[in-house]
Amino acid sequence: MSSRSVIPFGPQHPVLPEPIHLDLVLEDERVVEAVPSIGFVHRGLESLVSKKDFKEMVYVAERICGICSFGHGFGYCDAVEHIMDIHVTERTDYLRTILFELSRMHSHILWMGLMADAFGFENLFMDTWRIREKVLDMLEAATGGRVIFSILDVGGLRRDVPDDMLKSFLPVLDDIEKELAIDIKTFLNDSAVKSRLCGVGILTPEQVETLGCCGPFLRGSGVKRDSRKLGYAAYDDIDFEIITSNDCDTYGRTFVRAYEILQSIKIIRQAISKVPSGEVMVPVKGFPQGEHMTRLEQPRGEACYYVKANGTRFLERMRVRTPTFANIPALTETLQGCDMADVPILIVAIDPCISCTER
Amino acid sequence: MEQEFRKVSHHAILSEVQELQEEHYRLIQICATTVQEGYEILYTFGKGYDEVQVKIHTDVGEHVQSISRFFPPAWLYENEIHDLHGIEIDGITLDFRGGLYRTKEKAPFAHKEVKEGK
Amino acid sequence: MNNVNFVGQALKNLFSKPATLNYPFEKREFPEGTRGHVENDMDVCILCGLCQMKCPTGAITVDKKAQTWAIRPFSCIQCRCCVDNCPKKSLSMDKMYQEPGPEKTERVLDLSDKQKEVLAAQAKAAAEKAAAAKAAMEAKKKAEAAAAAGGAGNPS
Repeated sequence: MSSRSVIPFGPQHPVLPEPIHLDLVLEDERVVEAVPSIGFVHRGLESLVSKKDFKEMVYVAERICGICSFGHGFGYCDAVEHIMDIHVTERTDYLRTILFELSRMHSHILWMGLMADAFGFENLFMDTWRIREKVLDMLEAATGGRVIFSILDVGGLRRDVPDDMLKSFLPVLDDIEKELAIDIKTFLNDSAVKSRLCGVGILTPEQVETLGCCGPFLRGSGVKRDSRKLGYAAYDDIDFEIITSNDCDTYGRTFVRAYEILQSIKIIRQAISKVPSGEVMVPVKGFPQGEHMTRLEQPRGEACYYVKANGTRFLERMRVRTPTFANIPALTETLQGCDMADVPILIVAIDPCISCTER
Repeated sequence: MEQEFRKVSHHAILSEVQELQEEHYRLIQICATTVQEGYEILYTFGKGYDEVQVKIHTDVGEHVQSISRFFPPAWLYENEIHDLHGIEIDGITLDFRGGLYRTKEKAPFAHKEVKEGK
Repeated sequence: MNNVNFVGQALKNLFSKPATLNYPFEKREFPEGTRGHVENDMDVCILCGLCQMKCPTGAITVDKKAQTWAIRPFSCIQCRCCVDNCPKKSLSMDKMYQEPGPEKTERVLDLSDKQKEVLAAQAKAAAEKAAAAKAAMEAKKKAEAAAAAGGAGNPS
């Protein structure tokens, strides 16, 4: 009978600059159980609602996470706008869609780099991040910030993105598409990369449904569900197919993310061609009263924003359920029975954003 | 678009949840809110793109039944609620007993009386 | 043959110019509207304190008595909220990022001498106006009282 040993993984680990701790119970080289614990960087941002008024909370929401900053700000604003019955202008909807897709691109390209780093392909890692820089430059030109955009406000956007700037993004997007094609080919066809990804962390479509997964993790197992189809912002006017993969393993998740970047480029092109002119801000009067739950598709999956207001300046509750949080049960499931060497890949495969999980 | 928050007595939550499970709903999230007299717990279930919101109310110190028997991922949310709000939840399949979140202050979102009482 | 996919790109990367800048010698061109750090034009500032009230992190302190405007740059989140709310447009956002430092400092700006004079003159004018208004008010009251007394003393 082989003896069991417990190996701690994290909160400091070279593959993952994020503080999650896992107790891995090993039997020889095989993981039999993984017990997660989080809370190393719990900042209590949700309890700030008692100190910051509902407009200042936009800044707090945007700073929940550096990578999905736009999504958090958008989800919060959307929930408050629903409560206060504010209808933002069409131009705002389109600009928000464009910025959302740009931030999805930068998040997915970042993930591809991290994945390449996790399976030890440093050259690919650097190449993807070189491409990501172009996306960040576009975001900086449009919003004024590279990762924290501070452009959202309840009722619209704090600054307009001029039409000629949007037009100037088109050739950059063409460049990115061309350059990414090489990297994506390497990710999906290279035999060395495939040997690390194929057959690792298999979850059947039934399993991902019962485990409550979301985002590329869900679609990588063949479930066709993307919250963008709920039609918030301008997504109901935009024509796009949900990308799924029937591989049900880490390769499938990589496939979904890789093609979602290319799809984002297509969505941005569509949105830029359709952007109407007009104002980007509508006046906001009074204080919110009521409650609302907004669901939207962040780069990492479906995020939920629950806002409860009582008619004063201060909200009663703001709750964010981040996609990483929903994927943790599935992570512990995939870790059971895997090889010790595959643990970093499996953890990176859910695109963990632990700091985002610990508001 | 008005959302419906279905209010349920907290003893009836298990039967409610069982019905939803039989209708093949999935768990989207559970969240607790500290309100003036106790806590509110909001369960969100989804099926396809539809969602159902179920809300229960508990008093301070009251125990709540876990729904992790019906929806496996609930263990994570219920541990979170226990660690942040200090609500006792019975029968979680994977109970961390306050060890999931390593916060300096135990139950930071709990009611003031509870915090001072401890 | 599938594992030579990336060789072309790798060779290209090897022989092409670096994608990064040779930083201290080569500075980056920031696009228009980059939020770097907050600057205050002390020739225009009227020390109204609106930025202090609006700042979400409370990084700005306005001292009307000492006539200074101070910011704690390490608390500032570069959200541009103060710049958007400034009534005199004396605040602006510089494109260069905040410089790092060994400790969290506070940057205190004194009001320029010219602006001090302007503000003093304005305060004096306002005080005079208030005094004049008060005097006028009192005169009016007196006149009303006199009229009322006159009215009371003349019943028939």
